[in-house]
Amino acid sequence: MSPVPTQHVETVDFVMLYIVGISVILLLGITAVMIYFVFKYNRKKGHQPVDIHGNIWLEIIWIVVPTLLVLSMFYFGYTGFRDYRDIPDNAYVIQATARMWAWEFAYENGKKLDTLYVPQGIPIKLEMKSADVTHSLYIPAFRIKEDVMFGKTTYLGFTAEQVGSYDIACAEYCGLNHSMMYTKVKVLPEVQFNEWLSKKDEPVYPTEMEK
Amino acid sequence: MANGTTTVNEKSFYQQSTNKYSGILSWLLTTDHKRIGIMYGVTILFFFLVGVILGVLMRLELMAPGKTIVDAQTYNSLFTLHGVIMIFLFIIPGLPAIFGNFFLPIQIGARDVAFPRLNLLSYYIYVAGALLALLAVILPGGAIDTGWTFYIPYSIRSNTNVSLPLLAAFVLGFSSILTGLNFITTVHRMRAPGMTFFKMPLFVWATYATAWIQIIATPVIGITIVLVILERLFGVGIFDPALGGDPILFQHLFWIYSHPAVYIMILPAMGVVSEIIPTFARRTIFGYKAIAISSLAIAFVGYLVWAHHMFTSGMSDTARWIFSLLTFIVALPSGVKIFNWVATMYKGSIDPKPPFLWVMSFIFLFSIGGLTGLVLGSLATDIHVHDTYFVVAHFHFVMFGGTGTIFFAAIHYWFPKMFGRLYNDKLATLGVLGFFIGFMLLYFPKFIMGYMGMPRRYYDYLPEFASLQLISTIGSWVLAATIFFIVGYLIHALFKGPKAGSNPWGGVTLEWHIQSPPTMENFKEIPKITHEPYDFSQLKEMKNEYS
Repeated sequence: MSPVPTQHVETVDFVMLYIVGISVILLLGITAVMIYFVFKYNRKKGHQPVDIHGNIWLEIIWIVVPTLLVLSMFYFGYTGFRDYRDIPDNAYVIQATARMWAWEFAYENGKKLDTLYVPQGIPIKLEMKSADVTHSLYIPAFRIKEDVMFGKTTYLGFTAEQVGSYDIACAEYCGLNHSMMYTKVKVLPEVQFNEWLSKKDEPVYPTEMEK
Repeated sequence: MANGTTTVNEKSFYQQSTNKYSGILSWLLTTDHKRIGIMYGVTILFFFLVGVILGVLMRLELMAPGKTIVDAQTYNSLFTLHGVIMIFLFIIPGLPAIFGNFFLPIQIGARDVAFPRLNLLSYYIYVAGALLALLAVILPGGAIDTGWTFYIPYSIRSNTNVSLPLLAAFVLGFSSILTGLNFITTVHRMRAPGMTFFKMPLFVWATYATAWIQIIATPVIGITIVLVILERLFGVGIFDPALGGDPILFQHLFWIYSHPAVYIMILPAMGVVSEIIPTFARRTIFGYKAIAISSLAIAFVGYLVWAHHMFTSGMSDTARWIFSLLTFIVALPSGVKIFNWVATMYKGSIDPKPPFLWVMSFIFLFSIGGLTGLVLGSLATDIHVHDTYFVVAHFHFVMFGGTGTIFFAAIHYWFPKMFGRLYNDKLATLGVLGFFIGFMLLYFPKFIMGYMGMPRRYYDYLPEFASLQLISTIGSWVLAATIFFIVGYLIHALFKGPKAGSNPWGGVTLEWHIQSPPTMENFKEIPKITHEPYDFSQLKEMKNEYS
């Protein structure tokens, strides 16, 4: 079993590391060269300045090399995105509704509550809509979010690999209590999830609003 | 360049008015581009300081979890007003209106802009827009709480005064468009004999490219704003999904302006950098044409990337990858500029005076801003950090670390020319240092919080963010204190500083050929341009004193 909550987390963290790694090298390089020049060519040393108008080869190098670098970043970013947006047809569908300022998750058997319970290891597809303004369902631990709108269904997919409890936040500003729209996604082993789903006496919406 | 155009100690533009009035009316009714630039300077600086204070209040509230000083509704208005003021009243007009007005005509050897009266009108339109925005705060109903992005449907539902600040932004847009029109005409029609396009200083190039964005992009936000007001007043159903409208259409129209607006903010700053580095390295700029052309490239490619603000908006996945690709492309011209600037320091004779130190600080902070933009351009990572503190950190590094830093660089570079006085170099160096430290403390932790999953525009937060939030708040004190310190020693220098002389830095663009402060008409005779803009061999011919 993977130690990360979803495979997608590994992908995103890799892309992040790739971009940040290259960026840090560029940043330190630029800064070091700049500071070196300021000391080396300081006016106090009395150099005669040399007028160099440019160098076509340098211009080509610092256009072509960054172009290749950013294209590779685009590629990794795109494939990571593609993997996460391609949700298998047999994914388990849960309806999510956002309103000012709470979430509601509805299951196929009519069970509704404000906490998202999902089975471990099974692809999940959240079909989302809003009852009022635009919200955004954000699960930081899974590195995913998607806006939730009135009058249009958007979707979000993931496959949770690890049993556990993770934060859900609203990421699109929606007024007064925008910062209080926290809830949880709880990942249960499949057997336990089915047991939970079939129990009618389990607290139905609204349940505990855990922080 | 100019030959012997200087006669020091003539009446300066402060002593000679363009109209028949004296005293305050000689300012309020002036058509002198320099006086108008200074009036913009005072007004814009005022709103900048208001924005700073609002920002400090936000950081105070976020110093600890839970309620610290204000309630949630007030906090939501605070971040909205901070954004509206900083963007529409400070950073969009800032450099072009103050330094563009003052120096663009001088740098091309003109006596004024092409339409001096239109220029004064633009100033009053700016003031009218600013007053409308202030009025909306005072009037009953409550200060706007939609965020500066005015996203629909919340901006339709909000019970606060939304229409009035929108109207203010609409009015401010006209000021921007007219200033752009004025500058484009000035550059095309008023250049001194011999000043071909490729002999123009790079600040002129950058302001020129900016002006095109101002006149082409601004009408889009104007129309969009009118539609939102109509939606609020009459429920016309263009954007409101409850009436069959499309909120994503609003986001497209909003960002079709507001992304190019980012380049309205940064391009003039890049122009200032291209002035300061050659002057203090006392050698010609490296890659003049590359820098000039990259300004135009940014101006035009910048139109095609707006939807990267919408990668999680529910827009089609195809649009997402196309805009991701285009976004990476627009990063390239900015990179070209940075490499050329650093190369300009090679084999120069560098005197790291305060304006140059500001520029060094800029190159570091703006590079961080630009490079973290790559994280946001990449789809997989953007989905995670979109609408988090990562974005907040990114755009503060670009806008404040970029344009804001250069705003201070420009003040320190041109202060002696505008006011004829020198400030204290030691205090100014302290200012750069304090700004840099405060800035890094304030904004760098936000990158970490963002990647940890701290969403933006949050009144309250989870306990795991508490220590980083506190560091950020402490940074805001250092930064704000430094800003007031800088304003303080500059005001002191304004009255008590030693006389500057016409060319304290040894610059060679046209403004350094004339006296400080300049005369009302800048040039006794319109100069004939023979040198390229950064040809320091002229320094020997220039008879001016410089220290």
